[in-house]
Amino acid sequence: MEFVSPEGLRLDGRRPMEMRQIRAEIGAVSKADGSAVFEMGNTKVIAAVYGPRELQNRSQQISSQALVRCEYSMANFSTGDRMRKSKGDRRSTEISLVIRQTMEACILTHLMPRSQIDIYVQVLQADGGTRSACINAATLALADAGIPMCDLVTSCSAGYLNTTPLLDLNYVEDSAGGPDVTLGILPKLDKVTLLQMDSKLPIDILENVMQLAIEGCKAIAKYIREVLLENTKQLEYRRGV
Amino acid sequence: MLHNKSFAKKTRAGKVTKQLREHYLRDDIYCGAPFCTVCNTSGARLSATASTVLVLDTNVVLNQIDLLENPAIEDVVVLSIVLEEVKNKNLAVYNRVRAICSNPKRNFFVFSNEYHRETFVKEMTGETKNDRNDRAIRVAAQWYQNHLGGAVKVLLITNDKGNKRKASEEGIFAETVESYVKSLDRPDLLDLLVRPASEDVDMEEVEDLRPSKRKVIYSEHKPMSEITSGLHRGIYHQGKLRVNRYNPFEAYVGSESIGDEVRVYGRSNMNRAFDGDIVAVEVLPRDQWHEEKSLSIVREEDEDEDEDVHLAPNSADDAPRTAPQQGSSGEVNVVSSRPSGCIVGIIKRNWHSYCGSLEPMPMPAGSGGIAHALFVSKDRRIPKIRIQTRQLENLLDKRIIVAVDSWDRQSRYPSGHYVQTIGEIGDRDTESELVLIENDINSRPFSSQVLACLPPLPWSVSPEDLSNPIRQDLRHLRVFSVDPPGCKDIDDALHCYALPNGNYEVGVHIADVTNFVHPGTPLDDEATERGTSVYLVERRIDMLPKPLTEDICSLRSDVERLAFSVIWEMTPEADIISSRYTKSVIKSSAALSYIEAQARMDDSRLMDPVTTDLRNMNSLAKKMRSRRIERGALTLASAEVKFQIDTETHDPLDIGMYQIREANQMVEEFMLAANVSVAEQILKNFPLCSLLRRHPTPTREMLEPLLCTAAAVGVHLDVSSSKALADSLDHAVGDDPYFNKLIRILATRCMTQAVYFCSGDLSPPEYHHYGLASPLYTHFTSPIRRYADVIVHRLLAASLGISKLPSVFHDRLQLTSIADNLNYRHRNAQMAGRASVELHTLIYFRKRPTDTDARIVKIRSNGFFVFVPKYGIEGPVYLTTKAEQGSGEWYVDEQQQKIKKMDGSLSYSILQTVKIHMEVVEPQPNRPKLQLTLI
Ligand SMILES: [Zn+2]
Repeated sequence: MEFVSPEGLRLDGRRPMEMRQIRAEIGAVSKADGSAVFEMGNTKVIAAVYGPRELQNRSQQISSQALVRCEYSMANFSTGDRMRKSKGDRRSTEISLVIRQTMEACILTHLMPRSQIDIYVQVLQADGGTRSACINAATLALADAGIPMCDLVTSCSAGYLNTTPLLDLNYVEDSAGGPDVTLGILPKLDKVTLLQMDSKLPIDILENVMQLAIEGCKAIAKYIREVLLENTKQLEYRRGV
Repeated sequence: MLHNKSFAKKTRAGKVTKQLREHYLRDDIYCGAPFCTVCNTSGARLSATASTVLVLDTNVVLNQIDLLENPAIEDVVVLSIVLEEVKNKNLAVYNRVRAICSNPKRNFFVFSNEYHRETFVKEMTGETKNDRNDRAIRVAAQWYQNHLGGAVKVLLITNDKGNKRKASEEGIFAETVESYVKSLDRPDLLDLLVRPASEDVDMEEVEDLRPSKRKVIYSEHKPMSEITSGLHRGIYHQGKLRVNRYNPFEAYVGSESIGDEVRVYGRSNMNRAFDGDIVAVEVLPRDQWHEEKSLSIVREEDEDEDEDVHLAPNSADDAPRTAPQQGSSGEVNVVSSRPSGCIVGIIKRNWHSYCGSLEPMPMPAGSGGIAHALFVSKDRRIPKIRIQTRQLENLLDKRIIVAVDSWDRQSRYPSGHYVQTIGEIGDRDTESELVLIENDINSRPFSSQVLACLPPLPWSVSPEDLSNPIRQDLRHLRVFSVDPPGCKDIDDALHCYALPNGNYEVGVHIADVTNFVHPGTPLDDEATERGTSVYLVERRIDMLPKPLTEDICSLRSDVERLAFSVIWEMTPEADIISSRYTKSVIKSSAALSYIEAQARMDDSRLMDPVTTDLRNMNSLAKKMRSRRIERGALTLASAEVKFQIDTETHDPLDIGMYQIREANQMVEEFMLAANVSVAEQILKNFPLCSLLRRHPTPTREMLEPLLCTAAAVGVHLDVSSSKALADSLDHAVGDDPYFNKLIRILATRCMTQAVYFCSGDLSPPEYHHYGLASPLYTHFTSPIRRYADVIVHRLLAASLGISKLPSVFHDRLQLTSIADNLNYRHRNAQMAGRASVELHTLIYFRKRPTDTDARIVKIRSNGFFVFVPKYGIEGPVYLTTKAEQGSGEWYVDEQQQKIKKMDGSLSYSILQTVKIHMEVVEPQPNRPKLQLTLI
């Protein structure tokens, strides 16, 4: 199938190096300590963060650092077929783990020993790139909750179809079965904290695709920073500072 | 700007789901006119002096692609919505229009109207998809007119009356194709136009000649909805129609749902379907299944289909498919076990253009007018096609290309239009060109981009090559090559040394083509597409450019060349103890022909090193060969013909069977061994993406004609395994020396050909190569002329860690499609080669009527087929004339495979030798054919 036309346009009208429209909103769940909604095109994810708080299960206590827990789920209405999905299936468990490990890498857990931080992410609408959207939403929610982090971790995916590296695959492109690299970076520290790919890619092409994903992550980081700054200004304004 | 498209979609399981797709609208899509002052003109394709810009409607692209391919059509804007619609309706046309758009010599510009902010249109409620797309085309045309202003006229070309009317109402200039082409004042372009089916009344002139045929001839095609539900309920079966190459009234539909082939007999059951169409077929009631007339050379009504003399087939793929002979078991009223069917609908047409000539006809009174003519395709599977022409006089003695447009129920033949003239009938160059076109062979010179990939000439082995650690210096070895005389593309060379321990070191050195052909380059792309070199009698169409083929890669004598070597240590009993593979530099000491090599081996006085090597190798090869035959490899035979060609006129001077010598077999043996070794090595390293070659075990049904023939002459063949068959072929000795060869030739043509495949697509037991009785096989030894070998070279290099595996090997689908293309090209190259031999046979016999011996290979009710061993051809000999047919003078004894005269005075039996006379006759002007008659 032709995913990039000879005119250089993808099926949805984007060019290979273009991301979908992104949109973020902080404070969607007022009860939570921090929350955010993150959209990448038609992929929409909500994240809520509770903590740092007292451990619910004392046996899990780690004396030197905070315990980070993550629960990922997909709303039944998030895909076209509205299938009822059982919680805790293998895919959800795996993504929960991926998100937890990625977030753990940027949270300064040693500052909050003997406490726990819960991150809940739910996919409201899925159109490819849900992993990345979840990580971005979680970052925003953590920042909103005021949890100390060494950097804002951001994530973006890139793929390789019709011998062209493509940024931010949507569902149709994702289902083509080509390589799909999900990358998470700490933009300020310039470090990669997450790199996932299920298929094979020659190393030189992987480098190109990864570079593209890094550019995507950086663009998202820039946007997230703007959103946070705007949010802080709003808070200042409301408090009359 | 963002727009969300939402639509309902039915899933495979029949559920209806709502789909949501993002659709981005952009500002950075440009108009493609170099004179535009607003847009970025870097990608502009329209000509700078354009005064009229054409915007095409979908129906114009779909129907008039032959016209669009003519360079007279200029400055065309192709909208992305049009491309999308064309792609959904006809992929072949889509590829052709894409090719025009990417051709830098044409100024076709693709405008992505669907993604442009100002030309995107939203579907209105109650509007059908078609109406919406028509509106989008009009909006785009309007946008162009506004955008380019008054300097340029934007003309919408559409044959849709509604669309044209609406366009005019909206103030867009619109014209039909016909009126536009007429306005160009180019009458030759008018022949290229496809006439709409509704204008079919014009054809009455031709129809009037056959007043009885003015009725409905074919049954109606069922509507798509009915077909879909019929397929669903299992009443109809879907499959690709394949027409018997030698009997156009017989076709097969391979259907998965029925798990067997459905036979379709006769034009009315075929119901206007073409070879290659995807059709829906309905199985007829069981009692109609035996409706076949397999025993006579089928003729239908007034159709004048003669069985032609042709080259003897080499495999089942070339051979006419014959139904299993009925009644051989003595039973009466045997109903064919295979279902017969009739076609109820055509799901996807496989129409393209065909080469051939017009049926001879008198010039109509008054010249200059429009004439109706019948076109006869060279490909016998294609029915005659009616065309209209204004240049009948020019076309009658020409080979032309014609495309099919429509076929309605009232007409016996489909309608089409003239596309192109190739040349005069009977002219050797024209006929050769026809062979190439017919077999889809690209004989164009290599493009400059391809030639740019070649290393600078003159090329020689560089010090870097010699110092490269991956390359072993084998220049000190006494390497030599053995090939047909005059061979310029020498792929392979050999060496053989006696080792101190009594064993032998044997090396097969293959031209290192992949050192020059790198993946992803235009050179590689071109070679992938060509797939193989094509050998015609008088010329060779190379897969790689000549400097590579004949010089840089060719392992000529006394020059240093790069090679990929397979080196074994063998015991004197020809057991392989160890194999190793390396890239190397060699210097061949002799390029021998088979004849020379044979002469050296036979001359006991010669004791020079090369001759000694040859003898050693020959003794090893003989042992390898006998072991291979023990394992059950078949010694098959085919009647290969060799022409001696006049160097001046390129006319054939002499014709004879190709003689196979021991030297040929020796080289072949080592090549087989190298291929097997390499197959093992690559499969071990790349179990999922190796390119291998397999030869399927023939089914009993395929061998049936052979068994019948053998049984009639009292030979029993055991076909339970290749070993059993090989043994019983060895024991099949008749009264004369040629008998065994004849049986082998007949056996060979019962089998299908070996095919390439990707190892990940099949399971290991299916890798088997029946003919060679080898569990694994591939092609490694001819990379100059076969692309499969290039792929295998890359795999082998990667398995040795010499280079990385190119990215295509990670994409199984692409690898499979490459393998499919190789099979297709390989097959076409063989067909072209055979057609070329047939053509030259005809030219040869034109001036030389000959009497010769022939063997009867098939009995028919009105005569028999003979095989002429000396010239490798096969053809019908009629005992009765067409008029006398069915007079009952002759009858066929099926069990004995004999045809006898009623009064018992004469009889002919299968495999009998008969004397025949061969002569070229011209029953119709400019239509020469070879005729065989009994003396
Ligand atoms: Zn413009």
